[in-house]
Amino acid sequence: MTTLEQRPVARAPLAAHQRGSAGRLAAAVSTPGGAIFVLAAALLVATIVANPNFGDPGVIIRFLGRTAPIAIAAIGQYYVIVAGEFDLSMAAVISMQVVLAGNLIGDDVDRVLPVMVLMLVLGALIGLVNGLVTTLLNVPSFIVTLGMMLALSGLVAYLTGGAADGNPVDEFREIGRGGIQDVPVVDVIPYSLLIFAVIAVAASWLMRRPFGRSLIAAGDNPAAARFAGGSLVWLKTRAFILSSLSATVAGVLLVGYAGVHPSVGQGYEFSAITAVVLGGVLLGGGRGWVLSAAAGAFALELLFLFLTAVGVESTWRDTVQGLIIIAAVAVAGRAWTAGRRPRRSGTTPSTSREDKPLPTPGTTTGDS
Amino acid sequence: MRRNRLTGVLGTVALVAALAACSTDESLDDTAAEGGESAAAEGGDEAASDGSEFFSQADMDEQDAQRSATFEGDESTPWLQYIDGPMTDTSEFATDQPMKACFANASISNPWRQTGWITMNQQLEVLQEEGVISEMETRDAEDNDDTQIADIDYFIAEGNCDVFIISPNSTAAITPAVERACETGKPVIVFDRGVQTDCATTFIHPIGGYAWGIDTAEFLVDNLEEGDKVVALRILPGVDVLETRWGAAEQIFEENGIEAVDYFTGADPAEIKKIITDELTQGEVQGVWMDAGDGAVAAIEAFEDQGMDYPVMTGEDEMSFLRKWEETGLTGLAPVYSNFQWRTPLLAVQKIAAGEEIPTEWVLPQTPITEEERGDFLEANDGMPDGHYAKFGGEDLPGYPDVWQERIIP
Repeated sequence: MTTLEQRPVARAPLAAHQRGSAGRLAAAVSTPGGAIFVLAAALLVATIVANPNFGDPGVIIRFLGRTAPIAIAAIGQYYVIVAGEFDLSMAAVISMQVVLAGNLIGDDVDRVLPVMVLMLVLGALIGLVNGLVTTLLNVPSFIVTLGMMLALSGLVAYLTGGAADGNPVDEFREIGRGGIQDVPVVDVIPYSLLIFAVIAVAASWLMRRPFGRSLIAAGDNPAAARFAGGSLVWLKTRAFILSSLSATVAGVLLVGYAGVHPSVGQGYEFSAITAVVLGGVLLGGGRGWVLSAAAGAFALELLFLFLTAVGVESTWRDTVQGLIIIAAVAVAGRAWTAGRRPRRSGTTPSTSREDKPLPTPGTTTGDS
Repeated sequence: MRRNRLTGVLGTVALVAALAACSTDESLDDTAAEGGESAAAEGGDEAASDGSEFFSQADMDEQDAQRSATFEGDESTPWLQYIDGPMTDTSEFATDQPMKACFANASISNPWRQTGWITMNQQLEVLQEEGVISEMETRDAEDNDDTQIADIDYFIAEGNCDVFIISPNSTAAITPAVERACETGKPVIVFDRGVQTDCATTFIHPIGGYAWGIDTAEFLVDNLEEGDKVVALRILPGVDVLETRWGAAEQIFEENGIEAVDYFTGADPAEIKKIITDELTQGEVQGVWMDAGDGAVAAIEAFEDQGMDYPVMTGEDEMSFLRKWEETGLTGLAPVYSNFQWRTPLLAVQKIAAGEEIPTEWVLPQTPITEEERGDFLEANDGMPDGHYAKFGGEDLPGYPDVWQERIIP
């Protein structure tokens, strides 16, 4: 960055540096990745207007708590999507982990820790397989994770015969169901929300590390990323591992929140992809901010909450979700190319190499 | 280039959507497999009095009457009881040789069917020892009509079966296959859900969905005030065995000024909890009605998490609900879709082998568990897993209670 700025200027400054902070904020908000925060806020306000009971701080914080698993899944899905891949196995991973937790922990508190370690190891393993098959065998991730989804669903069906034993001990379920009690104003802070916060901060940090930058670069232009010397195999595999681990964490929270049932997690791959797309992350990779994906999850759930508040039949939900995903992809695809950057003044189109802006992390991440 | 990419992406999304729809449907099918009978098979009076294709006032009235009917036989063996009616003469099938039974099962994909399946196998053991049945070949259709049709046709062609037992996956689709089985001239036993033919030797089922709806709705009406709100949690739309439960309940709620809102949950406890939580945020909820008990615990927990008073509630005789019901002390009722009916088909084989006449439509008792009886059922089923059904009726069978406790699924 600094080298760019020090360069004797025969060219306009970087677009990102052209305006003041207010202008830059406005510009960020006008990208799909920024607009999602505005949309989420607007939906919250609309919901509260429709039914003021939803404006109670305690209600809001519980809502955020129960949405945390979806947001965490969306963060996991983000790594994969931004690298230009898909993870359809997410819901099956969640279901598997939920059933494992129910069957293995049972009523025994002592088993909570070992089983959680086992769940994380299994989650990482599934991601590893997804990643290696995708990258080494060159099978499209769409197919790999679809296969994984079916394989895991079959495993769950085999383990449970379609119905699980029963809920694990309450101590384990506290993770997803409990919270810090007697907090002023909001009454309770759900643990799930705290776990989400930690994951969100970690994800945001990770995406600023070389790993995150390379991941976006790989999604934007795999050939260029490869020529730049990175190993796409391990890079993308790590994205799949992170995705499966996120699904595992979401599974742990969901067991706590809801209890064991083979249908828990059902549809999460779709919800997570919808959230990521709604957050302005480009399907196909290369564009988008990780926290926008999380915000997309909250916006999606807020939308459903709003529909509930205004009394729309819940049977319409799937239709709404379907329309959103189509609209979001259509809008985002255009907005990323048209929206953010003002045209450079003073430069004329030229094919000479010097005139091309050097790719910097700032331009590949696109916003923030 | 960009356009291509966008098109590709959209195509992918469409595929994702389609796949997601697929998987959701499957899960719903699983949960929909929650036992049931078919209104279509009874009298065929489908004249919808209130415009719903699933609702038949005549069937509802019939089942209402059957709730208080007298059942023939010994009360201590309810799986052999029946309402007096036309009988089928089976003397032509009488034999002293062990019979080979062929069982086309819809699925064992929910706890209700799993419990019944375990009971059935223990009953089989008894009859094998008695030399009534040589073996039972079973094919599990895994909730798929096509698979079940193929299963039945396989049995007809190569099964070498002496008797067919069919638990249909769905009413209309399985009817022709059942008719083909009847054409073999061998006895055909249909149980749980029905088919649109009366060619079977016997059709075994508990009273039915309307009776469930009447029992539960009347309980809520009795324990609530006019104008109170009831949240109805339904698994999914469009399945007659579940629609009849709701059809009856909705009518009774309406007649008695109870405000009822219904939701489809897919039996997903996370979804149930969300629904209840949002309803509680919007206003008071005095009652919860369920068309199947799966997920009842999540509904109760939603009240706990919000710090609200427990609702008046109807669940099912699944152990998880009975336990939570006792623990919380809420006002409740456990309707029963008699799980012990899984024994009856094999006992029917025994009667057929003996040439005894059996009811053409074998209507089994279906009595809800009340708060007074709850303690007895909890005690009797102590140590059973949460997914076990209290009225499974296998206490006198070999392997009790270990087989049910360990969920040894054959």
